[in-house]
Amino acid sequence: MSNLLEVHKVVKQYGDYVALNEVSLNVPKGSIYGLLGPNGAGKTSLIRIINQITLPDSGEIILDGEKLQPKHVQTIGYLPEERGLYTSMKVGEQCLYLAQMKGLSKAEAKIQLEYWFERLGIQGWWNKKIQELSKGMAQKIQFVVCVLHKPKLLIFDEPFSGFDPVNANVIKDEILALKEQGATIIFSTHRMESVEELCDHITLIHKSNKLIEGKLSDVKRQFKTNSFEVGILTNNVEGLMYDITQKFTVSPANFKSLNDDLKLNIQIGDATPNELLHLLTQRGQVTHFVEKIPSVNDIFIQTVTENKN
Amino acid sequence: MSIISLIIKREFIAKVRNKSFVVMTFLSPLLFVAIAGFIGYLSSMKADTKRIAIHDETGFFANDFVKQNKKEGEFKYLNLSEIDTKSLKDSITKENFSGLIIIPKTTNLKELESKVEFISNNSPSIVFIENTQDVIASKITKINLEKAKLDTTAIQKAQANVNIHLAKSSGEESLKGLNEIKIGIGGAFGYLIMMFIIIYGNMVMRSVIEEKTNRIIEIIISSVKPFQLMIGKIIGTSLAGLLQFTIWAVIGLSLMFAASAFFGVNVGPTARISPELMQAAQQEFSGTAQMYIAELWNLPIASILVGFIVYFIGGYFLYSSFYAAIGAAVDNQTDSQQFLLPIIMPLILSVYIGFFTVVNDPHGTVAVVFSMIPLTSPIVMLMRLPFGVPWWQIAISVSLLFATFFLVVWFAAKIYRVGILMYGKKPTWKELYKWLKY
Repeated sequence: MSNLLEVHKVVKQYGDYVALNEVSLNVPKGSIYGLLGPNGAGKTSLIRIINQITLPDSGEIILDGEKLQPKHVQTIGYLPEERGLYTSMKVGEQCLYLAQMKGLSKAEAKIQLEYWFERLGIQGWWNKKIQELSKGMAQKIQFVVCVLHKPKLLIFDEPFSGFDPVNANVIKDEILALKEQGATIIFSTHRMESVEELCDHITLIHKSNKLIEGKLSDVKRQFKTNSFEVGILTNNVEGLMYDITQKFTVSPANFKSLNDDLKLNIQIGDATPNELLHLLTQRGQVTHFVEKIPSVNDIFIQTVTENKN
Repeated sequence: MSIISLIIKREFIAKVRNKSFVVMTFLSPLLFVAIAGFIGYLSSMKADTKRIAIHDETGFFANDFVKQNKKEGEFKYLNLSEIDTKSLKDSITKENFSGLIIIPKTTNLKELESKVEFISNNSPSIVFIENTQDVIASKITKINLEKAKLDTTAIQKAQANVNIHLAKSSGEESLKGLNEIKIGIGGAFGYLIMMFIIIYGNMVMRSVIEEKTNRIIEIIISSVKPFQLMIGKIIGTSLAGLLQFTIWAVIGLSLMFAASAFFGVNVGPTARISPELMQAAQQEFSGTAQMYIAELWNLPIASILVGFIVYFIGGYFLYSSFYAAIGAAVDNQTDSQQFLLPIIMPLILSVYIGFFTVVNDPHGTVAVVFSMIPLTSPIVMLMRLPFGVPWWQIAISVSLLFATFFLVVWFAAKIYRVGILMYGKKPTWKELYKWLKY
């Protein structure tokens, strides 16, 4: 079984509004799966369906080889975007309560809590009330509650919001550690740099439809334009330009370099990079030669603007 | 531990630990006693006596008024027939007197009946006018009787004073005053249910809103079903409420016993608990009191208590599901007002029906109909129960109540499920209807 979670043609309608239109996903076991999309695309609807908070109108969800059913809430950990805790309840009691709801026994929950509290350096908070804590502190508690019952599938919706850079890093390391231990993670965020850093699979939902899905490297390959950023020192600029415009599409480039070189973006089309390189070396000193790989941010913006209508 | 009992436990502890719960539980009986004492003190205070001048030109009536001064009353009558009416009227404007009764000299008494005047700056109370009219009328009657040469003592003897004894067809004798006891018992239970529904229904609603504003709701319902959460919340809150009511009852009873011991007053009907006290009571009280006690025992006590529990559970759950659904639909308490009104209305209606219609005619059409309608039956039927209700009516009423209860819980759960995840604008009735279909 290579996929932990399979979503088959899920449809969800709210009145006349279609929130999800036959969306299908495959989340491989042990991956960090980026769930991307602009606001209102249907990400939260999908996450709520996976968490069995709402039911799909049609379609099917398979978790770990089984059809999704109520007992599965115990194998999922969910950190919603809109999250909070009972403000007047003590931290320890609250965590115990929420852990017991996920099916842990009281004793087991206590052991897990002590482990996590120590790990995140928050042992002293047990008898504090949530209203005495700062927002970031409360977020840490929520993270603990989410992972405490050792879920196979973790769903994080904007996990880093509300954290300072130091704590965001702590949480990021914890997420990676959980992945090492075999958990599968669905990660929904608008922060593309963290997608770039963490995810190995992504999917993009826009206007209730899935537009892209796949391994991050495959998606990037699919979106690459065969362009190269080139820096070259040459005495004969006109000759060089004449040569390359014969074969390739050229536009000026902008990147930082220590040399006073000519900076170009060259799209090679069907030709090989070596052909370009061969041509360049004949005309001068190559100081910079990089294939332009589209960033997740570029892919996101490009796809969303292309599918505006 | 099952999830619902986990939720019940949390809700119960959260309510009971709340400072306002502790304060309310122990302070409100004291407050109640203080208010009762204050009202008692106020009513025991004498009102200012008002001086009423009488100008009686006939000389027949003034003494009858002045005689009333012997009884302690609000009014002091002064016979000022010698002083002319003009200066008396002046003294009214100067407020030496609150009022002036002028009885003019007439040729015959018949004419007088419509000639008596009362002058004052403030309009007099109905009781005062009736009293004045009574005094004059009975005096005229007496004079007329004497004129007709009729023996007034003989007439007095001839006058009958009827006192009807009430009895049931089964032959037991019953007391007229017992109806008041029945109304008292039914009313107290009905009122208790209403209070409980309003106080604890609101508490359920607040607790739902709290989870929404805290934004913990999404974390919770990713582990439990919204329906489980709603039911757990309602039961947990009601347990906290029952605890509070029990504490109040215990405090109230002990205060009552303490007070009776302190003032040396016999506790009376409450002493019916043991047969020895029953014996003592029988010797101590007159025959009427004995009959009251006996009649109390003849009340359908078992059916009243069972009815109270059944209607209490049914009514409370029915209404708190409404409250829970409203809490889920809105973001804050101020928005809840428009949805609360239709819930409070039937409650108030049933109390009014109970105190006006049931009291006059416990088995009339209105009383019977409203003791069947589920939204009013918990209160109206409870008020009818002490008067004896045929079992088939109870059966219909209870089954209607519980059928509605299940229906409402189902609807409320649907609204609840959608509402708890909706933030932002205040929903309309139309939107709530749409949520039912999601």
